[in-house]
Amino acid sequence: MNNISTAIKNGGTAKFAEAAALEGSFRNPSGCAISGIFSKTGKLMSGESIIQSIEIMHERSNGLGGGFAAYGIYPEHKSKYALHIFHNDISAKIETEKYLEETFEISASSTIPTQAVPGIDQGPLIWRYFATPRRDKLRGSQQDEREFTARAVFHINQGIDGSFVFSSGKNMGVFKAVGYPEDVGRFYRLSDYEGYCFTAHGRYPTNTPGWWGGAHPFSLLDTTVVHNGEISSYDANRRSIEMYGYPCTLQTDTEVIAYIIDYLSRRRGLTFEEICRVTAAPFWSEIAKMPEDERKEYEFLRTVFSPYLITGPFSILVGFTGGMMALNDRLKLRSMVAAEKGDLLYCSSEESAIRLIEPDLDRVWAPSGGECVIARLEKDAYKRIYG
Amino acid sequence: MSLNYIYPESEVIRNYDKCICCRACERQCANEVHEYLEEADKMIADDAKCVDCHRCVSICPVRALKIVPTDHDFKKNTSWKKKDIYEVYKQADSGGVLLSSMGNPNEFPVYWDKILLNASQVTNPSIDPLREPMETTVFLGAKAEELTRGENGKLIPITSPQLKLDLPVMFSAMSYGSISYNAHESLARASQEAGTFYNTGEGGLHEDFYKYGGNTIVQVASGRFGVHREYLETAAAIEIKMGQGAKPGIGGHLPGKKVGPDVSRTRMIPEGTDAISPAPHHDIYSIEDLRQLVFSLKEATAYKKPVIVKIAAVHNVAAIASGIARSGADIVAIDGFRGGTGAAPTRIRDNVGIPIEVALAQVDSRLRDEGIRDKISVVAAGSIRSSADVIKAVALGADAVYIGTSALLALGCHLCRTCNQGKCNWGIATQRPDLVKRLNPDIGYKRLVNLMTAWKHEIEEMMGGMGINSIEALRGNRLMLRGVGLTDVELRMLGIKHAGESA
Repeated sequence: MNNISTAIKNGGTAKFAEAAALEGSFRNPSGCAISGIFSKTGKLMSGESIIQSIEIMHERSNGLGGGFAAYGIYPEHKSKYALHIFHNDISAKIETEKYLEETFEISASSTIPTQAVPGIDQGPLIWRYFATPRRDKLRGSQQDEREFTARAVFHINQGIDGSFVFSSGKNMGVFKAVGYPEDVGRFYRLSDYEGYCFTAHGRYPTNTPGWWGGAHPFSLLDTTVVHNGEISSYDANRRSIEMYGYPCTLQTDTEVIAYIIDYLSRRRGLTFEEICRVTAAPFWSEIAKMPEDERKEYEFLRTVFSPYLITGPFSILVGFTGGMMALNDRLKLRSMVAAEKGDLLYCSSEESAIRLIEPDLDRVWAPSGGECVIARLEKDAYKRIYG
Repeated sequence: MSLNYIYPESEVIRNYDKCICCRACERQCANEVHEYLEEADKMIADDAKCVDCHRCVSICPVRALKIVPTDHDFKKNTSWKKKDIYEVYKQADSGGVLLSSMGNPNEFPVYWDKILLNASQVTNPSIDPLREPMETTVFLGAKAEELTRGENGKLIPITSPQLKLDLPVMFSAMSYGSISYNAHESLARASQEAGTFYNTGEGGLHEDFYKYGGNTIVQVASGRFGVHREYLETAAAIEIKMGQGAKPGIGGHLPGKKVGPDVSRTRMIPEGTDAISPAPHHDIYSIEDLRQLVFSLKEATAYKKPVIVKIAAVHNVAAIASGIARSGADIVAIDGFRGGTGAAPTRIRDNVGIPIEVALAQVDSRLRDEGIRDKISVVAAGSIRSSADVIKAVALGADAVYIGTSALLALGCHLCRTCNQGKCNWGIATQRPDLVKRLNPDIGYKRLVNLMTAWKHEIEEMMGGMGINSIEALRGNRLMLRGVGLTDVELRMLGIKHAGESA
């Protein structure tokens, strides 16, 4: 353990693999800070505000992981899957790129721009590929484009030693590393990006040397999750979601939550509101008091999707194409504040992180446990950005 | 003494300083152990007749009695124990198959006792069930639904038929015949009050108990005793009994002396005849036949009731359960080798089957590996002794458990394991009216409800400690379990880590 921590501090990609193996080899609970900003009118913002917002909650992280998700940042490549990949070394990169070329049409690839920042030690090679599934491969697979891409992500993350896809959606991207989140944001030059939605995370793992891939957000396709908490339902959730082709290799709560949300929304067609009723379901005693129609629907969701109830403390921010969702566990065992100003929705672990970037708010509230807070792009904004 | 003499297993010890010769023990013992010697003004006991049921001990007003295992034994021999020797004597004498009752009493590992639970510290708060809601409600039935939406996009909430349990514990199959009318009444009423279900076993449903149909699971076993249209329609669910943990591979046997007028009518068999159910169902010689019976029963009840298939835990239980999940059944019940029985051949009971802990873990894992765990609920049975066993079963992967022996203990059973003799002094495993009336259903049902209430509280405490406030978040949550003193193979079979291994 000590050797590996030292190795990571000293940097060196050769040791990166060792740390990666360690990260997934045990369950890793962590406390954290989260923050998010969303513009309903699709107004583009630089990444600077979200860095400042998460920075003020420095004390809630311990320097072992930080990260961001940004939506609407790649308008010139909006029809392509933006694959952000950590490669341990050149040989992993060569193997992964060979696979990518066989599977996708790659229209552009480059390293992700970074700048030297004290506090971010040398990590893996960080590459970005804009990709579209090859038509012949896609047709042969009998899958839709999204399922095809998701499986390719699993293929690389499980099958290629030393490469890890940490972002795979369209017109969005995840940026994460070992370090304090504000350092991570500056390392990735987040201020150079413009998006309509940003989420951020500062990690406080209890017993890990930290691995770049283990930082939040965790994502699959365009669904990203930043999460503060430690869920007690982890293994029940994991063993259920793994049935449906989501191997959980990182043993983190966030990974399993991201897969649950992807499964329920993309594969089962639940709305995000319905997903809240499944994952942070109201108590049976509350359901019993509902009007009949509503009661039946809630009962149905809780019964049919019972393996996906998440218990224990959590607050999460979920980013998805055209929207952001905030959700607390049903007892609200983690802090979460929401606020509005004009067309902007802010959600954060602490009010200070919102006030810092917008002191004059229209409304501030603490969503109750299980209350689903969702902001979506207005119709014309959606059309403009994704049409 | 002759060759067939067998020294009594237990000795009745009477404290003559305390005994007042009230003769209560004499009146209460159906085995006629106690006798009053008028000339000596003294109670005596015939140890040979004693079954060690503690009835006399419990009712003695001056606490003058105790029953102790005898210290009389053969010359020490590791290979040939007293039991082995006496069983040879018995069989040499009778030429018969040895019969036993209740679960396997021999020394096999009890894995429940080698599994420990987790609790929250620091990073995750425990939840106090006295101050926060704590949910133990379980729905049993298939969950793999295709979602349908109405024109407005609203979900249309149609599910396969479900059984709603207020806690993940049901009373397992015990037939009217093997146990008494009053025992059945106690179970039926307790199920209603505790929000759970009891199971008729293969003995049919007495007409007086149709009113508890909403809490009744009716069994269809290989003998088809007592199965008719109204029986199926009254029930909340139907269970096809393919096997029983105490006697895998064989059918049931109710001795004719237990078949009085009421039992005869309920089972639809002639009075005084042995009720012998065949070893297999003679219309089920393979899985495709089971599927036909499952759907026959569903057709007969308009697809409104879940169908349970109960099997004994045998070596390839996981593959069998997987077949059952694909045969249209809504629930599979797995009965481990320590499960109880009213009567079973001793050799079968003591030597056939596998432990429920391992069987359950294997079934749950297999159903998940095949991606069909949501198609079926899993009920574990066979020596669930406490709320801790329930919690561990749920964390291994069970949706709920069945309890038989624990329920009978609540009704007064003292585990003397002589149910097959039909002379149960506690009024449970008997049809003799004078004995049956000793079990007062008004008290019996209350004691069962108490047991369920107590277990529910304990389940809530343990869940709260783990930071879990709803039972479904515990189901299959094996990271909450750790083994102690188990080998690598045992840990692998149970799918859990050893104590000390972090998550």
